[in-house]
Amino acid sequence: MPEHFSISDEASLAAAVTEAVEQGLRLDVRGTGTRAGLGRAAQADRTLDVSGLSGISLYEPDELVLSARAGTPLAQIEALLADASQMLAFEPMDTGPLFGLPAGGGTIGGMFACNLAGPRRLSHGAVRDHALGIRAVSGRGEVFKSGGRVMKNVTGYDLPRMLAGSLGTLAVMSEITLKVLPLPPTEETLLVFGLDPAASARAMSAAMGSACEVSGAASLPPDIAAARPEVPGDRAIVALRLEGFEPSVKARRAMLISVLAPFGAVEVLEPPASRDFWRMVRDALPFAGSGLDAVWRLSTRPTAGPALARTLTDTLGAKTYCDWAGGLVWALMPGEAAQGEAVRAALAPHGGHATLIRATAAQRAGDVFQPLESSLAALTRRVKASFDPRGVLNPGRMYAEV
Amino acid sequence: MGLRLPAADENVLARRADIIADLSSIVPGEGVIFREREMKPYESDGVTAYKQMPFVVVLPETTAQVSRILAYCHANGIRVVPRGAGTSLSGGALPLADAVLLGMGKFNKVLDIDYANRCAVVQPGVTNLGITRAVEHEGFYYAPDPSSQIACTIGGNIGENSGGVHTLKYGLTTNNVLGLEMVLITGEVIRLGGKHLDSGGLDLLALMVGSEGLLGVVTEVTVRLLKKPDVARAVLVGFPTSEDAGDCVAKIIAAGIIPAGIEMMDRDAIAAAEAFVKVGYPLDVEALLIVELDGPEAECAHLLGEVSAIAAACNSSTLRVSRTEEERLGFWAGRKAAFPAVGRLSPDYLCMDGTIPRKQLPLVLTRMREMSQQYGLRVANVFHAGDGNLHPLILYDANKPGELDAAEAFGSDILRLCVEVGGVLTGEHGVGVEKRDLMPVMFNEVDLAHQQRLKCAFDDQGLLNPGKVFPTLHRCAELGRMHVSGGQVPFPDLPRF
Repeated sequence: MPEHFSISDEASLAAAVTEAVEQGLRLDVRGTGTRAGLGRAAQADRTLDVSGLSGISLYEPDELVLSARAGTPLAQIEALLADASQMLAFEPMDTGPLFGLPAGGGTIGGMFACNLAGPRRLSHGAVRDHALGIRAVSGRGEVFKSGGRVMKNVTGYDLPRMLAGSLGTLAVMSEITLKVLPLPPTEETLLVFGLDPAASARAMSAAMGSACEVSGAASLPPDIAAARPEVPGDRAIVALRLEGFEPSVKARRAMLISVLAPFGAVEVLEPPASRDFWRMVRDALPFAGSGLDAVWRLSTRPTAGPALARTLTDTLGAKTYCDWAGGLVWALMPGEAAQGEAVRAALAPHGGHATLIRATAAQRAGDVFQPLESSLAALTRRVKASFDPRGVLNPGRMYAEV
Repeated sequence: MGLRLPAADENVLARRADIIADLSSIVPGEGVIFREREMKPYESDGVTAYKQMPFVVVLPETTAQVSRILAYCHANGIRVVPRGAGTSLSGGALPLADAVLLGMGKFNKVLDIDYANRCAVVQPGVTNLGITRAVEHEGFYYAPDPSSQIACTIGGNIGENSGGVHTLKYGLTTNNVLGLEMVLITGEVIRLGGKHLDSGGLDLLALMVGSEGLLGVVTEVTVRLLKKPDVARAVLVGFPTSEDAGDCVAKIIAAGIIPAGIEMMDRDAIAAAEAFVKVGYPLDVEALLIVELDGPEAECAHLLGEVSAIAAACNSSTLRVSRTEEERLGFWAGRKAAFPAVGRLSPDYLCMDGTIPRKQLPLVLTRMREMSQQYGLRVANVFHAGDGNLHPLILYDANKPGELDAAEAFGSDILRLCVEVGGVLTGEHGVGVEKRDLMPVMFNEVDLAHQQRLKCAFDDQGLLNPGKVFPTLHRCAELGRMHVSGGQVPFPDLPRF
């Protein structure tokens, strides 16, 4: 077990990284550890625990801005926002259930480091799209800042967005400033049943290509539908979410029903059933409770997703479903073997990237993220070196040497 | 004008004839421009106060040519300034005496429109509006709409992370770009993103957007397309004070409403715009808001009611809702013509571009009025009120000795004020050369070094667009040094478990 080291303020965070630099120690940076299973399995000499660096430092609802120190529990932030009828619009995934941990854990720093957005990614963007500013400590042990607290800012390079999703390999966030948005007063979900993958893709494409402002579009095959209490019936379904003010949702329901007319009859899920349904989609709940069997998350062209999901089922025995109007394929492999080459070969004709989200440490010793073409790989290593020349921050967590 | 630019490399200047010949072998025909008369259109961008004749202009047509040009420049230590349509309002495309000006105007094709996946693949020289024009017959559009959208290119939009009046609801360029093909200074071609969402590795796409041509040359862009909302309605609201107007914006947002656009103009800007386009703006108000709502008719009707009630509660003195599309466009015509309208009041004006936390607006306006008296120069304000992006227009006459210097000093003071109240130096025009020397107002040396080391990761010789964004040029070796204090543990009393 690596030595455990906790900090509770920015100065001691900088000191801890500086010490690692001077002693040549590799740090495993973590908050509460809910996302510790993500990324490549990397060796570390010391665990740097930033969960003590906690607290919401700024929240101005009518300016749509919130700043919090990296170790602040995400649940605390979401509760505060909900009290003011606001939200993190990117709908961050709660990775707890997928990793066999309780729901509702995790810190904002971990959320930022992983950039795992939920169903609303489709309409509202990812974590990075809402990143306004950061304070952080780079692998040089130096405190730096970038961005700010305002919505519109091109003063210098956009480091806050670039650092989102970098898995703590470049810098340890000290404070994160995000754009927040109003919580829609109401939501509902329209369901269409029994479509094959090709028709599912067409239905989602038609819905997204309409002016209905769909904020969630998922397709589930019959086996997943049958196994989940959130889904009525046991046929394949396409689910489309509408959110907003009551009169608007009502009007868009009528519009969407006519868009979907060629695909069959429509059933409506009212809240709270709609909320439960999208939480299931967001958190990969169909794959929770399956130990460390390998789980993939593939991002691709939306129209290709449903057929790709079917291919993974037919050729590799994976259980699958699609989010992001088909652009995100979740796949649970039939065992601990990740079968990375086969998964990536299936993805290749459509473009995009595949990430091994959950697997045993042995499986995660190899490629977890999409392998990079050589010029991009070299550039990625140079970017890593620019922030962390001695390789002290989560070395190897994204790629070998990164 | 006392603008400092990197000293020209005499070795490069001395080899001009050879360099022109070498470039001509890469881009044959009329793709290399080197006669002064023909290079004249390239000597400045949207900031016409700065002028510099380029060393040579090259207009490539293919990614392969861009790759060979950059590899050649890299091998020969020649600087490169990329340029789109040259509409930069920060001098981002200002040439250098010893730099190849790489004009991307011939990359003007829409390559692929994919309605089913709601995206388009275009070359970087396609104009912002050109993308919407190519897809509007199917009811789609490209969301960011900077006021220069008829002329500015998507490549330039990526360089500056351009916004427009609809960014609060629809986002900036960075939120609407899915993928890029780009060429590094070494000539290596890399692809970031595509028709899918999110990055498979580090999000270098996010870094490229807003990097002002310092990191690479974009040769292909995949943008997100949106379906046009059913209807859009605008409401024009006048207020006796800017505090009331600001309060109204805050209350609209606090009510959970994110309008498609919320613009504010002050008395001088209203008067100038009304005199110019005569759309019926009220002239007896201190502040005017244009609030646009879009979506299904039922949503617009509902929200117009809400917004009208909030405005009344905030002391609005006039309120008009657009009844027709023509009237809505009329409301916008004044706002969109605000810059030229103000331009008619004065021989010259400087357009500033700070962003502030919205609640600081009354303070900032008051302080600006004081500065206006101090400098003896008038200022008119237009404000993207939804996202806090302020465009003070400082009126001056370049023919009066000292007025340009005074206007620039006034502008710098305004930007310092923006930072002081929690805002930033530039919301959408970019740093370029114009705000370069103000960067230390917002960033300390450590902050800037982290950015400049990234530059080194992309361009170790500092050949791409040098002299822009960063106030000092450091050598990469110097920036890369680690300062380790001899193995001493600096905080031996830190808690350990």
